Amino acid sequence: MYDFLIAPFVEFGFMQRALAGSLMLSLGACPVGVFLMLRRMSLTGDAMAHAILPGAAVGFLFFGLQIVPMTIGGLIAGVIVALGAGAVSRFTVQKEDASMAAFYLISLALGVLMVSLRGSSVDLMHVLFGTVLALNNDALTLIAAISVITLATLGIFWRAIVAECLDPLFLRSVSRLGTPVHFIFLGLVVLNLVGGFQALGTLLSVGLMMLPAAAARFWTARVEPMCLLAIVIGFGSCIAGLLLSYHASLPSGPAIILSAGLVYFVSTIFGTRGVFNTRLRRHRHRTA
Amino acid sequence: MTDACLTFRDLTLGYNSHPAVHHLNGAVKAGSLTAVVGANGSGKSTLMKGIVGVLKPMAGACLNTRNARIAYLPQQSELDRSFPARVVDLVSLGLWPRRGLLGRFTKEDREEVSKALKAVGLEGFETRPIDSLSGGQLQRALFARVLVQDAELILLDEPFNAVDAKTVSDLIQLIKRWHGENRTVMVVVHDLELVREHFPETLLLARRPVAWGETKETLRPDNLLRARRFDEAWHEDAPWCEPDHGHGHAHAHPHAHDHHHHHEHGEVLDRPDHETGPRAA
Repeated sequence: MYDFLIAPFVEFGFMQRALAGSLMLSLGACPVGVFLMLRRMSLTGDAMAHAILPGAAVGFLFFGLQIVPMTIGGLIAGVIVALGAGAVSRFTVQKEDASMAAFYLISLALGVLMVSLRGSSVDLMHVLFGTVLALNNDALTLIAAISVITLATLGIFWRAIVAECLDPLFLRSVSRLGTPVHFIFLGLVVLNLVGGFQALGTLLSVGLMMLPAAAARFWTARVEPMCLLAIVIGFGSCIAGLLLSYHASLPSGPAIILSAGLVYFVSTIFGTRGVFNTRLRRHRHRTA
Repeated sequence: MTDACLTFRDLTLGYNSHPAVHHLNGAVKAGSLTAVVGANGSGKSTLMKGIVGVLKPMAGACLNTRNARIAYLPQQSELDRSFPARVVDLVSLGLWPRRGLLGRFTKEDREEVSKALKAVGLEGFETRPIDSLSGGQLQRALFARVLVQDAELILLDEPFNAVDAKTVSDLIQLIKRWHGENRTVMVVVHDLELVREHFPETLLLARRPVAWGETKETLRPDNLLRARRFDEAWHEDAPWCEPDHGHGHAHAHPHAHDHHHHHEHGEVLDRPDHETGPRAA
């Protein structure tokens, strides 16, 4: 048991780093994912993840496979797409889904084009799918900073973010925070996706954000426990995924996301608000 | 006018250069209870949005003379009913003007929330998820939120839609209580019987104000007839609203009004009853 669960993390430095990195990532990304889901913006997260690619590619083009330039590039591209798509949806008739799709498709094509200008397909794979087992100190510091910033921002703006989700028009009628909070939130999404892309790649980093959140939705009807549960599920998926990857020699990123996916399916069926409890079980009813 | 809560100065509100409220002048007295009446598309909701400030005027101004705190219950709430929140969470949003982003909710705050829920007859609903409420219950919860907001100016946009008779009379009692507490209340209502019975003052809109004042006077048959005759549709080719044109049914250009903020425009004969706003009741 010890050999199976604990030893890999004790014996190997790269496993410790992978564990630390992915746990810190879950700490920030999972609650952000909960709000993304509650605002019906789950696919927005996906779109943003794609949108980061050209920025990371520019960094890659000039500096090769290095975390800092690629992160900064990704951050800039993500912010441009978030602001652009957010502005189009907020100030024109077009809804967010359509504007997001337009912006991310353009940036994805641009990104793939730029990576292939210089790199091989191996490099492209690296950018798209990441390597959690090769996190260096820079990457760990970055991820730590991102999760601290995320938790602090969520803590400060909690009430506004909840109000903006629950009743945006009301928030606008009592406060000027409505529009800023929307963009602050999108900023957090970009930040966490960028933090995740070194570990999981641009395409899968959104998985650690959305799957635990989607799974947690089936267990509770309140936001605060939902966020906590999402973090716990994120932690569990990271540990399980890394062990799976270690013992079965599987790529670590997909192993983590698939572990989260498993939790999602189990929750869908057996969660307190899942299929089994709400549909299949025969209910007795009360008198009132 | 020192006792005005809101002053409209040649206020024009609208969308894409088409006015929905056209050249509104007058004042809402502090502590008054006004019904806003008119056909569909006559600009009632637009006026509410203009007062709250979520819609910026195309011309003229809406002055919140006393800097009154505003509580606004919109007709089409953007409330997300599937959001995992309880009734108390929804009603506690009303504490925002007092507690803001970071202020801690005190014991008194929580007591106030439960008092408000009791006042609207939702005692015991505190921990119910909002998606389990019926339409009327949700409307009452939103009234509770208005109660908690403790605002000086209360704007309710068609609050009685899809609400049963008993709930309507409960909500009317609440509105009267606010009126008694000397708050300024404006309510968009369709049921004219309800207006005649409970609202001392009425603003009758048909894009332009048709009549404004004491309810009995405002809801005279000739006024109602004139309100009914208004042309609801926009016309893309409608002439720009210029200072010297009569514009009973003309359409405004956002800039055209800038020239005549401060003088009476040539429409006095067209609509004699709205020039000064409500008379003393």
